[in-house]
Amino acid sequence: MDEESRVIFTKEMRKEYTILVPTMLPTHFKMIEGIFRSYGLNTVLLGNSGQPVIDCGLRYVHNDTCYPALLVIGQMINAIETGGYDPHKIALMITQTGGGCRASNYIFLLRKALRKAGYGFVPVISLNFNHLEKNPGFQLSLSMLDRMVYAVLYGDLLMLLQNQCRPYEVLPGSAEKLAGEWTARLVEQMKGRGMVQYRQVKENYRAILRDFAALPRRNEEKLRVGIVGEIFVKFSPLGNNNLEQFLLSEGCEPVVPGLLDFCLYCVYNSIADHQLYGTGALKAKVVEAAYRFLLKKQQDIIDLIEEQGVFRPMTPFEVTRNLTQGYVGIGAKMGEGWLLTAEMLELAHENVKNIVCTQPFGCLPNHIVGKGMMKQIKEKNPGVNIVAVDYDAGATKINQENRIKLMLANARQNEQAAEPAAVPEPAEKLPAAAAEQ
Amino acid sequence: MAVTLGIDVGSTTAKIVVLRDGKVEYERYERHFSQVRQKTLELVQGAEQFLRGEVIFPAISGSAGLGEARAAGIPFVQEVFATGEAVRRFAPQTDVVIELGGEDAKIIFFRGGMDERMNGSCAGGTGAFIDQMATLLSVTPGELDELSLGSERIYPIASRCGVFAKSDLQPLLNQGARKEDIAASIYQAVVNQTITGLAQGRRIEGNVMFLGGPLYYCRGLRERFVRTLGLKDGQALFPEYGRFAVALGAAIYAGKAQQTMTYDGLIAGLTRALQEKPAARTLAPLFRDQEEYDEFCARHARASVPSADPAVYSGDAYLGIDCGSTTTKLCLISADGRLLDSFYSSNHGEPVEIVLGQLIRLRRLCGDRIRIRSSAVTGYGEELIRAAFHLDGGLVETMAHFRAARHFNPNVEFILDIGGQDIKCFRVRKESIDSIMLNEACSSGCGSFLETFAKALGYTAEEFAKLGLFAKHPVDLGSRCTVFMNSSVKQAQKDGAGVSDISAGLSMSVVRNALYKVIRATSADELGREIVVQGGTFLNDAVLRSFEREIGREVIRPTIAGLMGAFGAALYAGTIPTEQSSLLSLDELEHFTHTSKAVTCGGCTNHCPLTVNTFRGSERLISGNKCEKGAGGVQKSGLPNLYEFKQKRLNSLKPVPGPRGTIGLPQALGMIEQAPFWYTVFTELGFAVRLSGDSSRALYAKGQYTIPSDTVCYPAKLMHGHIQTLLEQQVDAIFYPCLTYNFDEKESDNHYNCPVVAYYSELLRANDEDLQKAKFLYPYLNINNEKQLTRELFRMLQEEFGGFTPKQVRAAVRAGYEKYSEWQQEIVQRGREALDYAARNHKRVIVLAGRPYHIDPEINHGIDKLISSLGLVVVTEDSVSPLAHTPKVGVLNQWTYHSRLYRAAEFVAGHENCELVQLVSFGCGVDAITTDEVRAILEKHDRLYTQIKIDEITNLGAVKIRIRSLLEALDERRSSNG
Repeated sequence: MDEESRVIFTKEMRKEYTILVPTMLPTHFKMIEGIFRSYGLNTVLLGNSGQPVIDCGLRYVHNDTCYPALLVIGQMINAIETGGYDPHKIALMITQTGGGCRASNYIFLLRKALRKAGYGFVPVISLNFNHLEKNPGFQLSLSMLDRMVYAVLYGDLLMLLQNQCRPYEVLPGSAEKLAGEWTARLVEQMKGRGMVQYRQVKENYRAILRDFAALPRRNEEKLRVGIVGEIFVKFSPLGNNNLEQFLLSEGCEPVVPGLLDFCLYCVYNSIADHQLYGTGALKAKVVEAAYRFLLKKQQDIIDLIEEQGVFRPMTPFEVTRNLTQGYVGIGAKMGEGWLLTAEMLELAHENVKNIVCTQPFGCLPNHIVGKGMMKQIKEKNPGVNIVAVDYDAGATKINQENRIKLMLANARQNEQAAEPAAVPEPAEKLPAAAAEQ
Repeated sequence: MAVTLGIDVGSTTAKIVVLRDGKVEYERYERHFSQVRQKTLELVQGAEQFLRGEVIFPAISGSAGLGEARAAGIPFVQEVFATGEAVRRFAPQTDVVIELGGEDAKIIFFRGGMDERMNGSCAGGTGAFIDQMATLLSVTPGELDELSLGSERIYPIASRCGVFAKSDLQPLLNQGARKEDIAASIYQAVVNQTITGLAQGRRIEGNVMFLGGPLYYCRGLRERFVRTLGLKDGQALFPEYGRFAVALGAAIYAGKAQQTMTYDGLIAGLTRALQEKPAARTLAPLFRDQEEYDEFCARHARASVPSADPAVYSGDAYLGIDCGSTTTKLCLISADGRLLDSFYSSNHGEPVEIVLGQLIRLRRLCGDRIRIRSSAVTGYGEELIRAAFHLDGGLVETMAHFRAARHFNPNVEFILDIGGQDIKCFRVRKESIDSIMLNEACSSGCGSFLETFAKALGYTAEEFAKLGLFAKHPVDLGSRCTVFMNSSVKQAQKDGAGVSDISAGLSMSVVRNALYKVIRATSADELGREIVVQGGTFLNDAVLRSFEREIGREVIRPTIAGLMGAFGAALYAGTIPTEQSSLLSLDELEHFTHTSKAVTCGGCTNHCPLTVNTFRGSERLISGNKCEKGAGGVQKSGLPNLYEFKQKRLNSLKPVPGPRGTIGLPQALGMIEQAPFWYTVFTELGFAVRLSGDSSRALYAKGQYTIPSDTVCYPAKLMHGHIQTLLEQQVDAIFYPCLTYNFDEKESDNHYNCPVVAYYSELLRANDEDLQKAKFLYPYLNINNEKQLTRELFRMLQEEFGGFTPKQVRAAVRAGYEKYSEWQQEIVQRGREALDYAARNHKRVIVLAGRPYHIDPEINHGIDKLISSLGLVVVTEDSVSPLAHTPKVGVLNQWTYHSRLYRAAEFVAGHENCELVQLVSFGCGVDAITTDEVRAILEKHDRLYTQIKIDEITNLGAVKIRIRSLLEALDERRSSNG
């Protein structure tokens, strides 16, 4: 891809342009939006969803491309077309990973779609952490990056607590409301410059934990169901047809491994590259430091949760990573790569035996690390019950829900079977009337 | 006294079972014709005498039952789970249950950790599929079963989904294969689908129970299952309650669910559900009122052909025949272009007989008064009909349609033809065809799809279309392939949509499918202003209206929309300079005979199933062959074909006995490219290196039990068979490394492999139990760093075998690189020679651009040979890519193999006598990106782009049409450019 042909987001644009950002994880992204705003970027997190977004994606993106690309691009173009913005005063932001999966091409597909739709002049900003495209009007400063790291940490904590409270809350919506209040508070707090004070962060963690523990909750046991998968359809309600909501309505507690895991996975891959291929010794050193730093941050949250003793903490990432031994090589790093296998194992390890593995229809890495690994995960971890669900513009909700319901029916039966009281029913003869037919 | 009530609402039928004390007291099974809730209510009312006054424990199950259960306040149980309940109760010795329903297929494993699977979002091979196939053969499902019992051979029919199978079937029908054999082959496809699509890596063995309607009714299907699975006596269970298993399970579940209702409460709930307003997404009605419809009809009636009365007319006439995939059309036109006679009918799988009858009728009609000067045929059955009746000419169907459309609008810019089986569309620029798009096998849900649907709901196609015209709330059913539409319809039924709403919705789906899947249009402007639509499907006013709606523009639909191919052929016949047509005379026609016989060609390893047609006792036509070999001893074209060269070259790598034992290399995916490298490395180290050879159908079958993901590409699926082959050969170790990065050819932003090529070993090890017992080496390696690679290989060899020195390994790796480089150079050299040959002999060159593994004959289905047989030189993408530099591309150019495609396209753009045809494996996610780019590169230079999607399918007929269309379009371009 040649650099010259793309529209650069200039410093001048920064002042008067609105930057549209697609939504993946509502909690995390809201905080990141707040941070960007406080740095003078007029960001807007897109909330448009539903069929118009899908239709828009179908119109402008090759229909065989992965579903997340179709949704993200559909959401952005639909927003330009119907959101009441001046198309000459907006920019779009999208992440860029640079891995061997199709996902590295999202930004190019977005530009292509924009040209097709007649918006070729709209600048697209790449949000990346590995020196891919640069824009003078958008540069990540160290303090911004620092804030983003905490946004991920806070976001994961809020998501975890929400998931553990929502199924049991006495007052419907109270957990979500509390998370929303905290998001706003944290954004406010992170305004200003300089690095984030870690003491303050830890205090916040404690206060958040206290607040959630104080939410009135019913004391009951619900079936815990893990959600793993391709990052977009795993997290985004738009991508997975409101999977969490569906699980809640089925009387389950969704368990969703956090976004930090994905960040750590990306960081760790640079270390693995060095180990496997002898490349980038220096880079590996730097990255290793970052990796340790993030691990420590995660451990601090875990410690605080354990100290309080009310909620179940996330699994430390090193534990998660090591679980893959004997299943998949650490070199499988395209898409979610080994992390997807690791997260299924992590859930099994946490005794969350019922898992929904989400993926876009035809997702290439998931053939290997998702569907390809289920057989041995089930064999080596008896009682694990996994269902693979494909998401796609043409797949119907009923098919998806039907598959999940089957998994849940099995889960409930496994649960009953695990109870000692269950006595196997004696086999009976064929029903008389049926036999006569 | 309490009774339990189980209701099973499937996609096509509803069943009810009343249990009292675990005994069946009452049961019913009826088709619901999409009136789901009405039928359920009726069934329950029918059981009133067993239910009234009782304490009832009810439960609903079935794919269409979820919404109803919710609305009626009745417990719901997932249907696979319900089946499990029934089997556990009545036949606990069962190991595996296979249940086929109307549109679902399920499998339940009871041993070794209970596991239940249903067909995913891409899978056919079910009851509805069998019905559809029966319709195609013009028999009832019962007759289909009867036929299958008399089969002599099995044709390969793609098992992946119904649509694919259908496109395999069509050529067989047109070639005149025996219906008995086809019937059995259809069942075999269902069996294969169940094994690959559902079992996904688990073997089906032990006591297998078969449930569901199709397995209850179709003896032939049972037999195919028992044979394929190799079940012994007593291992295959076909219980009498097969059709009721889900309802029975629901009834058992109901007893546990502990929710009671009275009869009146039940009826009230079901009635409430029936009255619920449709919740599905709806579209605007097609027509406001009769007046709007009349206006629409009047406008389209204007695009007509003047007719002449054949009973009065005397003089010259031209005959055109369009022998399509499902229908046969004829047109007889006068010298001044008036329509004398026409015919349109479904060909019922017997095109020869249909055409014969019509020709006799026409000859009689013409007598001596009308002289048929010339005749031409187009369509799938072109060869067959031309040979049978001695027609004067034949032309590829796309060209026939173009001629006809031009007759109605000389300025036509865009032609869209939706027929029974295919969608064809082409843009016209400078009076010649500019680009042709045919539907890929995956989205051919066209006219025959609507027809099948109509029949399934109990209507004729015409009635069904009419119903849709004035539907109040047409449902939005999405725009994917037939299988997806089936489940969308299911959803709509669940939501209570009526037949008219579904009819209108399906029309819109067909249109959107064409627009967004085939044409991939973004706006009406892209299609141009002058649009002609044709094909039988457009005679359906609902489809036509939906199309105009969707593109926001009025189009021309000739009144002879269904006859355009034949009309075009007749126009073409008018250009053939003959005095008297060679068409058989009335006498010859009246004594015409036709027999067909199936044989297998032994000409090469393709082993094409051939059909030998004999006409009039002595004239023979052989069809089904991929090359000219089988067609009665015609010699090969002898033109350079680099696919063949590369394949032969690869197969020349034979094991050299060595002291270190044998290493097996699976000849699939990335290894096809890297075989010379690894072969040399291991041979140098003293191993006998054995490659697993070319793929075949049988090889595929060997490994299909271990495929965990049914949507992965066919080249990857074949890998499983290669592994099995090597295991059978008892090699000491199997080697397929994990290569995140491929060779860096320094022409791209990065040099990745695709995820499937890169990490397939991980999947193989995890899913192939036999492989787990063997020595399987799949290290992560960096093949771009000789030192690092040497180090890693040395480490691996020491660990696994021992006794190597770093020096030995270093030398072997060096030799590997040299061999690989030499190999690649030779390909380029051969490519040059081929290009020179073409230039010297004024031949066209086709750059058949794909991946290295597309040289495998089981993957490319002999497309290279077919192209060669049309008189073209065939070269590979990697033989020309080094001759060009990477053009500007609009995407991240980060995969080695794909980067070659861009360079190959750039090369073609600069060479007038070269054309590019891109091979794309179905399910290749990366090609969703490359195809658009390759097209853009070619179109920037005003060149044509042709894409061929390949999978398990072996329908070369469609491929031939594309290639011929390309060639004829080129000819036409050339003549119009002077």
